[in-house]
Amino acid sequence: MAINWFKYSSPSTFYGVAGKMVPWFAWSAAILFVAGLYISFFVAPTDVQQSEAYRIMFIHVPASILSMFIYLVMAGYAALGLIFNTRLSSMMASALAPTGALLAFLSLWTGALWGKPMWGAWWVWDARLTSELILLFLYLGFIALHASIDDPRRADRASALLAIIGSVNVPIIYFSVQWWNTLHQGASVKFTGTSMHVAMQQGMYTMMLAVWLYAIAVSLLRVRCIILERECKAQWVSELVEVRR
Amino acid sequence: MLEISNLACSRGDHLLFSDLNFSLSAGDLLQVQGANGSGKTSLLRTLCGFMMPATGEIRWCGQNVRELGDAFYAEMIYLGHLNAIKDELNALENLRISAGLAGCKVDDRQLIAALRRMGLRGRETLPVKVLSQGQRRRVALARLLLSKAPLWILDEPLTALDVGAVGLMQELIGEHLVNNGMVIYTTHQPLEVVGVATRWLALS
Amino acid sequence: MNKLSLIGLLSLVIRRDLVLAMRRRADVLTTLIFFVIVVSLFPLGVGPEIDMLRKMAPGVVWVAALLASMLSLGRMFSADYLDGTLEQMMLVPQSLSVLVLAKILAHWMVSGLPLVIMAPVLGLQFDMPAQALWVLIAALLLGTPILSMIGAVGAALTLGLRGGGALVSLLVLPLCIPVLVFGAGAVEAVVSGTNVSSHLSLLGALLVMALVFTPWVTALALRISME
Repeated sequence: MAINWFKYSSPSTFYGVAGKMVPWFAWSAAILFVAGLYISFFVAPTDVQQSEAYRIMFIHVPASILSMFIYLVMAGYAALGLIFNTRLSSMMASALAPTGALLAFLSLWTGALWGKPMWGAWWVWDARLTSELILLFLYLGFIALHASIDDPRRADRASALLAIIGSVNVPIIYFSVQWWNTLHQGASVKFTGTSMHVAMQQGMYTMMLAVWLYAIAVSLLRVRCIILERECKAQWVSELVEVRR
Repeated sequence: MLEISNLACSRGDHLLFSDLNFSLSAGDLLQVQGANGSGKTSLLRTLCGFMMPATGEIRWCGQNVRELGDAFYAEMIYLGHLNAIKDELNALENLRISAGLAGCKVDDRQLIAALRRMGLRGRETLPVKVLSQGQRRRVALARLLLSKAPLWILDEPLTALDVGAVGLMQELIGEHLVNNGMVIYTTHQPLEVVGVATRWLALS
Repeated sequence: MNKLSLIGLLSLVIRRDLVLAMRRRADVLTTLIFFVIVVSLFPLGVGPEIDMLRKMAPGVVWVAALLASMLSLGRMFSADYLDGTLEQMMLVPQSLSVLVLAKILAHWMVSGLPLVIMAPVLGLQFDMPAQALWVLIAALLLGTPILSMIGAVGAALTLGLRGGGALVSLLVLPLCIPVLVFGAGAVEAVVSGTNVSSHLSLLGALLVMALVFTPWVTALALRISME
């Protein structure tokens, strides 16, 4: 059966659909968080080299991976919005940005917390940490540009262009930082051991899925708010039960 | 030549006008009327392609202007609220550059003649900073004399002009229309062109 | 209708922007003096040990060049935007990308080229060897145009916004990191005796990429901002 995607790309339809989807994603994220944290803290064995400190990896790694992934998804939505002029895609992009920035920040913070017992310093100019820091800057640039343009249409289009340039640049930046790092022979500690215990892997994957579902739930919630804000003059909004109350 | 069908324009969430239909052919003079904020400037800016119409089409000689692109720009001249002249340059340099950008191949003699016709004799090489508002507007309007574009889009061309210059503008527009030109403009001042019936377009 | 050739448009816009810059020389000098002052502040901040300064020199000069080029970005389009010239430029019956490229080149000649010329003098303050100075000039010659080009995109996106100056740095600086890495890396490579050409060829590759894409992207950004 063919699905008419454009039907779901209208804000008024999507508002309802997203409202129905949010609880599902939120509850499954919560359950997976509990399961994942249980596996990470009680099932996964203590690491021989890093003792208990390695357990921060269960938050750090999912946050890092998701923060990069969300940037690409955001740039994808932004490009859709720019090319097809679909307002919902642009709203989705701006709804994803704060979650991505939060995860990038979490990744840096947990990286610092992990670095102290591991390397004896809160911050090491490791290639991955540095790339993550630059990714955070890119997120902040996107949010700042969007926030400083009053006209929502121009804000969407300008920040979409920035997101696309950023995503083209990310591989170049990553490569240049790698290059810089090997040139200076900085700390090159591997985050993940070559052989992970099965329980560690399970904990990691569960946490990754949990963060993913959380990101979807939160951005759907946020996109609902954005739709309401942008469409506050539209007829269908004034007919909503929650607005009438 | 210029056909507008079902045009709608919005600024932010606010719909300025919709279902606008009109056409302009050689020798036509069209005045866009409406209160402040009714979308006169937005209409002219949409015709220039700065703004995207919410709906509707703008066609030049039967082709959509979006597809025509540069070919359309070569046949029109736009004069906005802003004069687009540089304080650091003198009147002659300003005119030479704007004519150059528009692709008109003119020499200094023609440039000076245009400035003199606009009543700027003796001020051709003064820095624009020392000119008055009305004189700056005249420098901007001198571009109309050099351009061979058939379509003139003028946004408040009479701002800051004295009675003499308004008369001159009426004369210029009259000459342009006789040469099969078209003019679409907005103004709050009366503008009468001898021998031509002005058409009105009211935006509410 | 007679149309302007691409080369004609390119030279017309470059000449116009250079004349305007010459009539406002103070702006050009401000950027250059800022560059000199920032570089001179480092020894005062970290101490005068010549060994350390020699080691820091490439990075310091490059970071200062990066900051100085941010300073002049605000001028690239904003004056033309405010007096309406930019509107007229968008109506030029010729590719807007070429016009933008001309403006970028003019901007580089006015704000990038003086930095390249000044840099060796500042390098001497840090006791850089002659060979390193040559590489510094080569790297800056390849790198500063890229900064102008990436900066043009940022300047076009933030056109007419409040606090545009700080915002444009926030947008542009992260994107300039590869230029900084390869540019400063080239000078360090010659000091430590490793392969310089790989750095310079990477910079050259970035320059070609920027030359192909940024004028087009900047033109798109201008259209978005003018709406």
